[in-house]
Amino acid sequence: MNKLKIIVIGNGMVGYKFCEKLKSKSDSFKLIVFGEEPRRAYDRVHLSAYFSGKTAEDLSMSTASWYEEQEIDLYLNNPVTGVNRVTKTVSTLSGEQFSYDFLVFATGSAAFVPNIKGIEKEGVFVYRTIEDLDLISAYSKNAKKASVIGGGLLGLEAAKALIDLGIEETSIIEFAPRLMPRQIDMAGSEMLKSMLTDLGLQILLNKNTSSIAGENNIIGLKFSDDTELAVDMLVISAGIKPRDELARQCGITVGPRGGIVVDAEMQTNDPCVFAIGECALFEEMIYGLIAPGYEMAEVLASNLCAQSKSFKSFDMSTKLKLIGIDVASFGDPFINEPDCRTIVFENKHKGIYKRINISNDGQYLLGGILIGDATAYNMLLQTSVNRIALPENPEELILGSRGGEQAGAGITSLPDEALICSCEGVTKGDICNSVTEQGCETLDGIKKCTKAGTGCGGCLPMVKDLMLHTLKAQGKYVRNVICEHFNYSRQELYDLIHIHELKSYDEVLDKLGESDGCETCKPLVSSLLASLWNEMILKKGNDTAQDSNDRFLANIQKGGSYSVVPRVAGGEITPEKLIVIGEVAKKYNLYTKITGGQRIDMFGAHLNDLPIIWEELIAAGFESGHAYGKGLRTVKSCVGSTWCRFGLHDSVSFAIRIEERYRGIRAPHKFKSAVSGCIRECAEAQSKDFGIIATEKGWNLYVCGNGGSKPQHALLLASDVDSETCIKYIDRFLMFYIRTADPLTRTATWLNKMEGGIDYLRNVVVNDSLGMAAKWESEIEKLVDTYKCEWKEAVENPAIRKRFSHFVNAPEEKDPTIEFVEMRGQKRTPEWNTSNQI
Amino acid sequence: MTETKNNWLAACRVEDAVENGGVCVKNGDEQIALFYFTRRNEWYATQNECPHRKQMALSRGMIGTLTDEPKVACPFHKKNFSLKTGECLSGDECAIKTYPVKVEDGTVYIAVNS
Repeated sequence: MNKLKIIVIGNGMVGYKFCEKLKSKSDSFKLIVFGEEPRRAYDRVHLSAYFSGKTAEDLSMSTASWYEEQEIDLYLNNPVTGVNRVTKTVSTLSGEQFSYDFLVFATGSAAFVPNIKGIEKEGVFVYRTIEDLDLISAYSKNAKKASVIGGGLLGLEAAKALIDLGIEETSIIEFAPRLMPRQIDMAGSEMLKSMLTDLGLQILLNKNTSSIAGENNIIGLKFSDDTELAVDMLVISAGIKPRDELARQCGITVGPRGGIVVDAEMQTNDPCVFAIGECALFEEMIYGLIAPGYEMAEVLASNLCAQSKSFKSFDMSTKLKLIGIDVASFGDPFINEPDCRTIVFENKHKGIYKRINISNDGQYLLGGILIGDATAYNMLLQTSVNRIALPENPEELILGSRGGEQAGAGITSLPDEALICSCEGVTKGDICNSVTEQGCETLDGIKKCTKAGTGCGGCLPMVKDLMLHTLKAQGKYVRNVICEHFNYSRQELYDLIHIHELKSYDEVLDKLGESDGCETCKPLVSSLLASLWNEMILKKGNDTAQDSNDRFLANIQKGGSYSVVPRVAGGEITPEKLIVIGEVAKKYNLYTKITGGQRIDMFGAHLNDLPIIWEELIAAGFESGHAYGKGLRTVKSCVGSTWCRFGLHDSVSFAIRIEERYRGIRAPHKFKSAVSGCIRECAEAQSKDFGIIATEKGWNLYVCGNGGSKPQHALLLASDVDSETCIKYIDRFLMFYIRTADPLTRTATWLNKMEGGIDYLRNVVVNDSLGMAAKWESEIEKLVDTYKCEWKEAVENPAIRKRFSHFVNAPEEKDPTIEFVEMRGQKRTPEWNTSNQI
Repeated sequence: MTETKNNWLAACRVEDAVENGGVCVKNGDEQIALFYFTRRNEWYATQNECPHRKQMALSRGMIGTLTDEPKVACPFHKKNFSLKTGECLSGDECAIKTYPVKVEDGTVYIAVNS
């Protein structure tokens, strides 16, 4: 059978997408593609990644063999130079002629270069293709100051690229009074400007460039307000113009300001000729974003396969990260009073600006702008696109609810046709369907099945919520399985390892898991093994399954050096031991700091020096402080009744007893404690995982408090108990936590998720409602009895000690790349050596 | 086309390598992470520097698999890289360099460009 021939002019993202979509729908066409550039279609959206290290191949949309496999003829470096619509042929630069049945223009756009005097000088570039980037990169080596003309989306991307290239001073010049004039308002622009200025970019608004100075090479810019700016190079990013010259030549209708005129089926005035992407003009509009381009490809591919589909004016909502700053706008961002009511939130301290526009009756969300924090973008977009009725207090959509409940209409209120992934055009219905009908129960499964989240990935959190929600709605037990290697929850794995008496990571993986493990299950299993058997964690076979810090019994710091934290139980230390710490720190040139947990942290130790440092500390009577482990950190104390005139009991002695009891025990996450000698609570016990406060009659025991990012007060578990009872309760509490908490869950979060809350916990711990008390107490007792200082074992074991060297083939040499700088008489690490710094 | 010639650098003895983990090999000013994936009986070598924050750290990372693709996770921020291709499997960091490895008579060799 003779296949119908389709010639595609242009091999950009949209041209490629069209081929992919058409091939997936039908095999009855022969596709011939002509590209002007020397390489296959690549991801132009992420072009600036080319400067932060991605290669051209990384950016490529497909593998080299894809076109062959699909039997598509791809001609690169060979642009079409003429079209004859009568004979239905095209001629190319190489002088060949090809005939077509259908012709598709996917010629994209070129950079719009304004007519500025001197624009032809060396050092002036546009920002559009990988070739442009190569030219910019080569020229930038001798440039110190650079400017970008254009403060739109692409201009900001170009500015980021210049920063990545190591240009010392980069400025952005915008003709309009604000940045990203198509997406954000004046107040949003001000916020963005101040954040970009903080990053070292100079932003010049209201600037009209009148000429470019220099002999052959650019040396500066002159503006219409008679000001000047010295620059060594200039990148123009002042907009795009559709590539319609070929279409124009062969008599296809183009718009007065450019663009190939198409109807809703992407058809031009010639029924056999179509245009898609940035070269197409639909309802007098050029769509310069990728999502509508893909939608055009989809519409055309469908229509060619006799599936009727039409393009509707596309939502231009967009969310992106610019130089680490979230910027999003959706719906109608600019609509103003009296056509709507606006709610604005501005936080200059954190660099956050949010604006939502709601209908005058308060019913619907019309549009908005988010700068600095765009986490609410997906939900807001859905609320506006699907005209979901707003909650009573719509401000909660951008401020978060102050009542503790999730604000706004949840995913359940979205209609099935709500577009969740706009890159691939996947609806809520498609996603839920993949779960209910096609059995997808993982995010990866849904991605494969529906393609949702495979474009920009911004919708993935929402896809996951939809998946979990759908699974729950089906009555499926949603198990929090660990990773692809273990189809069990942490709690299940704990019991299984116990029952099978497994002692090493490999045994656990062979018996209960599959494949070869990963950085999620390895530390988790290691923690379970430690909680159960309390063996030396660096035992051969388990050493490489430990988390980064456990692996070297020290916390890795910026730059690759480690910190050393000996235990100072209860925060009590003798002058002699203080002197030892001082001497060791001096000898090994370590930075010292008092920690929040009443001990002393020594930073900046080379991996090679760790064993010898610890040998000296151990000789002086110190032991590991387990600052690197998920286990007990410190038991902080106030000075208590031994010195304090208010003290009721000896809080220091009790803190030391507690710290020495639970030291080294591994748990789902770190845990901290404190003991206060009276109700003044100087040890801040109520912010700890368990905290003890002296009363006239004994101790009050508080549990599940937390400092950190989400502070939470501990809750009273038992009052006026004696020391022995208090310890018994803590034993039970800790074992219950170790056995049942999800991985990396602190006690506060664990309690928050527990049905019945503190009352249930009290019933289990105090009233022994599960009948586990005696067992848990004996399990803790066993852990206490088998405690050994890990560092002592490590320095005494030559096989383990051997691993504390940086180079396997030069064990004496330290990592020469570790550097320090001086600050306030001590050393510190230099800033991250990276271009993505915020 | 320039022809690159591989020099086989004798990195270490098999018993000096860490089972199911990595060690760092010095090659002049260059640092190479050498991984002995004992479970799969495979050897891999990559650059030691993680491209994300430019830290000499990959040899201290945990190795494992992602749908059977062998990978290493940087100890700093858990960026994942394929040990086979060097490609970044989590996010959009650039790919890392990989080197051929061979074992002869109990010595591990890494192919480095001369």
